[in-house]
Amino acid sequence: MSRRDVVLQFLMLVLLGLGLSWLVSNVTGNLERQNIASGFGFLNERAGFGISQTLIEYTEDDTYQRVLIIGLLNTLLVSVIGIVLASVLGFVIGVARLSSNWLISKIAMVYIEIFRNVPLLLQIMFWYFGVLRNLPSPRRAIEIGDSAFLSNRGIVLPGFTMLEGAGWYVAALAISLTAWFVMRRRAHKKFLTTGTPQSYWRVLALGAGTMFAIAYAMAGFPFAADVPALRGFNFRGGVNIIPEFAALLLALSLYTAAFISEIVRSGIVSVGQGQREAAAALGLSNNTTLRLVIIPQAMRVIIPPLTSQYLNLTKNSSLAVAIAYPDIVSVFAGTTLTQIGQAVEIIFITMMVYLSLSLLTSWAMNSYNKRIALVGQNA
Amino acid sequence: MSSATHWTPKPPRPAPVHTVGVRGWIRTNLFATPSDTLLTLVAMAVLYLTIDTLVHWAYIDATFSGANRDACLKAVQGACWPFVDAKLGQFIYGRYPELERWRVDLVFASGVIGLIPLLIPAAPFKRANVIYLLGFFPVFAFIMLTGGRFGLEPVETTDWGGLLVTLVVAITGIVASLPLGILLALGRRSQMPIVRSLCIGFIEIFRGVPLITVLFMASVMLPLFLPDGVNFDKLMRCLIGVALFSSAYMAEVVRGGLQAIPKGQYEAAAALGLGYWKSMRLIILPQALKLVIPGIVNTFIGLFKDTTLVLIVGLFDLLGIVQFHFTDASWATPETHITGYAFAAFVFWVFCFAMSRYSIFMENRLSTERD
Repeated sequence: MSRRDVVLQFLMLVLLGLGLSWLVSNVTGNLERQNIASGFGFLNERAGFGISQTLIEYTEDDTYQRVLIIGLLNTLLVSVIGIVLASVLGFVIGVARLSSNWLISKIAMVYIEIFRNVPLLLQIMFWYFGVLRNLPSPRRAIEIGDSAFLSNRGIVLPGFTMLEGAGWYVAALAISLTAWFVMRRRAHKKFLTTGTPQSYWRVLALGAGTMFAIAYAMAGFPFAADVPALRGFNFRGGVNIIPEFAALLLALSLYTAAFISEIVRSGIVSVGQGQREAAAALGLSNNTTLRLVIIPQAMRVIIPPLTSQYLNLTKNSSLAVAIAYPDIVSVFAGTTLTQIGQAVEIIFITMMVYLSLSLLTSWAMNSYNKRIALVGQNA
Repeated sequence: MSSATHWTPKPPRPAPVHTVGVRGWIRTNLFATPSDTLLTLVAMAVLYLTIDTLVHWAYIDATFSGANRDACLKAVQGACWPFVDAKLGQFIYGRYPELERWRVDLVFASGVIGLIPLLIPAAPFKRANVIYLLGFFPVFAFIMLTGGRFGLEPVETTDWGGLLVTLVVAITGIVASLPLGILLALGRRSQMPIVRSLCIGFIEIFRGVPLITVLFMASVMLPLFLPDGVNFDKLMRCLIGVALFSSAYMAEVVRGGLQAIPKGQYEAAAALGLGYWKSMRLIILPQALKLVIPGIVNTFIGLFKDTTLVLIVGLFDLLGIVQFHFTDASWATPETHITGYAFAAFVFWVFCFAMSRYSIFMENRLSTERD
């Protein structure tokens, strides 16, 4: 580093410091003039407004801190389900795009070109204002099967409630799942050392069957169906999916799937033709080739851009504010900001939440990437 | 000796399956195997249903003329196109005074005149063209659109709307984000630790948060940062927010290009005695930017789609103004929403699709040049 560089950077720091202190003095002056409090004390005040979807208990008497958590949970809910749906759909469309069937491949192409070239916000508003809010009222709801209903108040699905003794079933399920993971791992290890494929399904099915039989013997059948029924102007009972959530989830998944499918396609294309031919020469079937040869290698190319799509989906879920889905931006940077007026603190907290989510997601995906990258290099 | 082996000809093979011509194409591409056939048939059924619904909605059952909602309220309802027709002026210009709309048209036209020869690789006078677009055009557009000079009626930016706002935000964002992004990318690869960490901080923060929080910051927080009495209008604040946001993404794209340039190029430039800026301008950046043209265009497309977000902070871009006109009671029909969205989606789609096709065209052109 030359002396000039040192001086330059020093000057830069000084300028930055001056600029920052100028901004701070402006902010404090403005806040005083407009009588806006500062600090994070407002988090403990009573919020006093209702929220249409809460994953944890919430009443109007709860604090803004609780509002923040509820908003965050709603953001996470729509992001996680959206990521799963978009991945599944994206993989299917990406594979379809490469299909030797001309029609299927072209349909996938048209889907991709339409959905990724129309703004996401427009798609969200289309599904919400154009489709879901245009549905008939609950009294004339569209019936799906006998017990699910589609109306402008959302989608009501039948659910079930757990009665006393359901804990036995939960325990049986947990033990079976753990057993599945352990057995799968062992079988894989043994396969790697001996080279013979291991089958553990029969043992697993038997074990799980026994577990559930025990649960049945202890508790009988402790579940009651919870079928929605029309009471007055709306449905009671069942599981209610609010239209805001459905519209946001639909738009996010369909939009992101278009991007994911292009990533998947380029990942699969990147695996050399020689790999396919080698697999065919070994006598592997098409399906086995895809599962054991193509996909594991394609994943190495797919994972990094896929991570940024997951991050994009999470960040894009903030468009919820346009249709009033109670995500963090909507209830915290929206309603709370309007009530409290402490823009600096609230925007700061919101940005920090998104930054941490981004860092967490990329950390998780990077560690997964490291694992599969190693597998590839051993070969 | 010759054992009289009787020679019997083998039976002739069956005629080869057609693999050429229309029949052969259909067989190999649509009905190669039984499962392929099934797939094709299902896809055809789905396609038929979709296209049938679309054609019915957009054409057969649609209403094409009328003065208000009554025309669109029929037994079988399709698209309500007269709504778009009646509001088209609003969708393009927003509340820009009708008598002054020629100014917007003039700006659109002079922009297109400058852009088209720039996009055609064979067209001459590229340098003059760039000077016109980046030097003359912005000044001209600013004077024409805002007015207040040369006897032009001043028009407040609050009266701007529709496609005009969409294009103003998108083009300003595109023009500002490229140089800013290049500077940030260079800064991120700089030897100077303070410059580097400032650039990394800026890029990572803006890439880690959603655009909507940046726009909130620009619209609610920025006024707090300015001295009392100083304020500039909302459109300007959103422009700054959008430009900063997309420059962070642009920086990462450009960095990809910079990293792909072999070290020898840097060393050769230094050996020729070129200083930092000269070697960047003459050797490194021309190669690096060429490499990442697809990424740059993708960022532009993303930016263009993201302009719709300004409606959340209360500006009326194309989507915002369409949404706003749904409240007009004289056009309230069950189909108005979908018609309006279909129109807006089509306009956005045309722009984005054209950009992506152009980027593919440029990519192919440049890659053949390299061979």
